[in-house]
Amino acid sequence: MLSLYVPGGSFIHRAPAAVKLLILLIGSAALFMVSSIPVHAAELVLIAGLFHAARLPWRDTVRQLRTAMILLIPIFLFHVFITDWVLGLETVLRILVLLLLAVLVTLTTKPTEMIDVLEAAARPLRHVGVNPSKASMMLSMVIRFIPMMMREAQEILEAQRARGLDRNAIALLMPLLIKTLKMADDLSEAIEARGYDPEPVVPVWRKKG
Amino acid sequence: MTTRDMVFVALFAALTAACAVFPPFQAPFVPAPIIVQNIGVMLAGSILGAKRGGLSLLLFVVLVALGLPLLTGWKGGFGVILGPTGGFILSWIPAAFVVGWFVEKYWHRLNFWNLLLFNVIGGVIVVYVIGIPWLAVVANMEFGKALAGSTIFIPGDVIKAAVAAAVAMIVKRSYPLVHA
Repeated sequence: MLSLYVPGGSFIHRAPAAVKLLILLIGSAALFMVSSIPVHAAELVLIAGLFHAARLPWRDTVRQLRTAMILLIPIFLFHVFITDWVLGLETVLRILVLLLLAVLVTLTTKPTEMIDVLEAAARPLRHVGVNPSKASMMLSMVIRFIPMMMREAQEILEAQRARGLDRNAIALLMPLLIKTLKMADDLSEAIEARGYDPEPVVPVWRKKG
Repeated sequence: MTTRDMVFVALFAALTAACAVFPPFQAPFVPAPIIVQNIGVMLAGSILGAKRGGLSLLLFVVLVALGLPLLTGWKGGFGVILGPTGGFILSWIPAAFVVGWFVEKYWHRLNFWNLLLFNVIGGVIVVYVIGIPWLAVVANMEFGKALAGSTIFIPGDVIKAAVAAAVAMIVKRSYPLVHA
């Protein structure tokens, strides 16, 4: 499955996705109100404990953090040379806490669970013209289409490499776009052929109000 | 919104993700590598228009936030959105919308040069206006310094806008989707 999720049975894995996302949301806002190195260091220890409790394999965590390091090191060096190292340490610690918290949620929550939370959270938006079931249908479609499109892109890349055109952006994008546009008609017909109706007619006797 | 519209929105979100497959380009006289992925942002706006293009990128960003590794280099997750470069990713939603808005408004007079301009307004200026202050706040940088650090990406971004304009013009001639 195309996802960063790592299966497990810890209490963090089992916690409802809504709770985890809410904590992440509040936590990330709170982080920017605190500027103290000891507090951030304590948070780091706490998060390390949570990672330990979630029994995540080191490999996955390290891989997630490696890309973050590419950004954190220049930011720290920037502060060392331009402002001062205390501010740099504080900034880097804060970003690290934020990233680790987010990585923890990402690694322990199934994307499908998060989509369900989103659909529930989007329900009040119905009053401003958003259709939550359509939105989650589209999300599911994207998840289904991504591996398909990546395969197409990979094929085009290989084909153009054989022609020596793999360094030509137009030669890569144009075939991918043509395939996309051709697919769109077939897919929408296939979806409707299976009885999907984006705006189902609600019988008069079921309408409220 | 018809089923066909929904399929287009989903396909262009997937297309933006699939652009992660293409390796970054190294153009002469351009210091930073050119990542193909933000061409997807401009293409969604210039081929689908404002509403569908913006929605398509909204779906893409939501899926990145939910933890699918869709960004170039197989990055993803909530951490990327909250991190120093998160503003650049979030800005893709209004970026596609703005490109699409101009394309809809000037659809009948669209040519390579004004489409290039619209791609630069939406796909470069909107992205920088959101991304750079975000970087400055998260990384505790001075705004001017964050701006200066980002200028090395401008030449590459303009090349991307030109590629997107060239491709979208071909699509407009053969398969118009905004005012069919």
